[in-house]
Amino acid sequence: MSSSTDWPLWEVFVRSRRGLSHTHAGSLHAPDAEMALRNARDLYTRRSEGVSLWVVPSTEITASSPDEKDSFFEPAGDKPYRHPTFYEIPEGVKHL
Amino acid sequence: MNAALALGDDALVLSHRLGEWAGHAPVLEEEVALANIALDLLGQARLLLSFVGDEDQLAYLREERAFRNVQLVEQPNGDFAHTIARQLYFSVYQHLLYEELAAGEGEFADLAAKAVKEVAYHRDHAEQWVLRLGDGTTESHERMQLALDALWRFSGELFEPVEGVDIDFNILRDGWLAAVTSVVDRATLALPSGPQSGAWAAGAGRQGLHTEPFGRMLAEMQHLHRSHPGASW
Amino acid sequence: MAAVTADQTTQGTAGTADKAEAERLAAFDHAVAADDRIEPRDWMPDAYRASLIRQMAQHAHSEIIGMQPEANWISRAPSLRRKAILMAKVQDEAGHGLYLYSAAETLGTSREELLDKLHAGRQRYSSIFNYPTLTWADVGAIGWLVDGAAITNQVPLCRCSYGPYARAMVRICKEESFHQRQGYELLLALSRGTSAQHEMAQDAVNRWWWPSLMMFGPPDDASAHSAQSMAWKIKRHSNDELRRRFVDICVPQAQALGLALPDPDIRWNEELGQHDYGEIDWTEFQEVLKGNGPCNEQRLTQRRTAHEKGAWVRDAAAAYADKHAARPGTAGAAAQPVEATA
Repeated sequence: MSSSTDWPLWEVFVRSRRGLSHTHAGSLHAPDAEMALRNARDLYTRRSEGVSLWVVPSTEITASSPDEKDSFFEPAGDKPYRHPTFYEIPEGVKHL
Repeated sequence: MNAALALGDDALVLSHRLGEWAGHAPVLEEEVALANIALDLLGQARLLLSFVGDEDQLAYLREERAFRNVQLVEQPNGDFAHTIARQLYFSVYQHLLYEELAAGEGEFADLAAKAVKEVAYHRDHAEQWVLRLGDGTTESHERMQLALDALWRFSGELFEPVEGVDIDFNILRDGWLAAVTSVVDRATLALPSGPQSGAWAAGAGRQGLHTEPFGRMLAEMQHLHRSHPGASW
Repeated sequence: MAAVTADQTTQGTAGTADKAEAERLAAFDHAVAADDRIEPRDWMPDAYRASLIRQMAQHAHSEIIGMQPEANWISRAPSLRRKAILMAKVQDEAGHGLYLYSAAETLGTSREELLDKLHAGRQRYSSIFNYPTLTWADVGAIGWLVDGAAITNQVPLCRCSYGPYARAMVRICKEESFHQRQGYELLLALSRGTSAQHEMAQDAVNRWWWPSLMMFGPPDDASAHSAQSMAWKIKRHSNDELRRRFVDICVPQAQALGLALPDPDIRWNEELGQHDYGEIDWTEFQEVLKGNGPCNEQRLTQRRTAHEKGAWVRDAAAAYADKHAARPGTAGAAAQPVEATA
């Protein structure tokens, strides 16, 4: 059978306007970075102008565990600390 | 011959062929990509046809001999390599053509300026796939070479002057050949050798002489519309 | 110092492990009850993970199989505007499949694995897509009824407990509402058109109404998995609840369309403030689920064929990537994001 498992997974980050930061939009499969960018453009931006895209191989992402506390994250106090998250809530959505 | 009709029919027919891939593409990402291209082309077709008359009357009520698209775009999809070869030949042509038109001041300048970004993307898509299929596996290389060979004879027609399109088609052809050769070389493939005219250059689609598959394509495309004369949808 | 026997040590370890597991489960249950999101790296019960993978995969499969009945009419769309709309809709469905496969993959499976299960018949897709689109009007009926039912089912999923699924659903629901409107508008044009067009529209509604009601699944008293799914907030409303909501929405819409719903037993129940409707023939549903629907064979065959025929393409792209750049996860791979500005 085919070896289409050889298309690795990429995480896609989209910055919809200058001045904002890239937010995680989702993931997709592509054989390489060039195709990943193009697929991301097709799927996550429907090619609107002025959008910046990052694609990162999923294997390159190092993530913290949600169980880690204290020594890894600053204790909450009078300086609230935001946990780094992969995902941000899409604009204009109320329920999340 | 009406230039808007010629360019519009090119886009209309190629869009239709690409639409046939829906539900059959080799990978989900290509479902999205091919549909993107088909939608862009359909948009161009609708704009161009509206220069001439009612878009639906033109699309659905003309017969084969009245269509002015080049024969290249009406060729059946074949396998994915065949579709990509058709895309390579046509989208490089369309990109160079629209760049020229956008730089000029003719009636198509505005439309071309908008379309040129779309067709640049179509060209890029075709080139990326030609590289991957040409320089991929033995099987993909063979299929891609076969496809380039099979469709080569339809490329000559792209450079026949179109009345009302005010550009130098010889320069266009030179640019096209250089661009296509470059991609094909990088893909470890070869362009068929052959003169740029004469026996090698098939087709007179611009004169309304089309291929047999085109008639069947039109029959399918037009059937429902024609079955309900005068109806709105 | 007394020696600790091996037995005591083992029991001690087992006891600690059980306690940790129980704590994790408690934390998980607490999060779900509090309407917090469960995210990919969180601990979750195996059964929750398995249930989610199955549900998300089947949702994704439904999107891509669902492309087929509608793509069937692209080449014959009777106006260029309708053609563009239909092509865009089918494209969206491919995109939705992509979002959902990606979300499912966060649970530790791969798209390849999921597709294998689909092709082998071990995972399902929505049985509504085993019906044929016999006329152009069917495209409208699917938009109005099938997408309508899907939206009724799907909006609550935007609040599903699993984060990636909920977020994919928000994206999908945004796009799906256009689909429904366009289907409705298509039917409206037919209903108000020639008598042949009106008949075409009515015939399509007659054929798609009951199967659309069946999309909500078996009646509550016959639904095996619902209880656990509801406790985990994967499923947020019962089948019958959603079905009834759908009927209530459709009745006035049908009236505005000038089309009849093929159920003489639909009537307003003043006391309950909702519509009563006729008995559903569940044997048809069972048959279609079993694989005896009009298009089961055809849908899967087309899907498998596209996949098999596409193998050389996918392989070529992978081979090219191997040759030309270090691929992600291999030695020497550049660990930098690739940037592009559109």
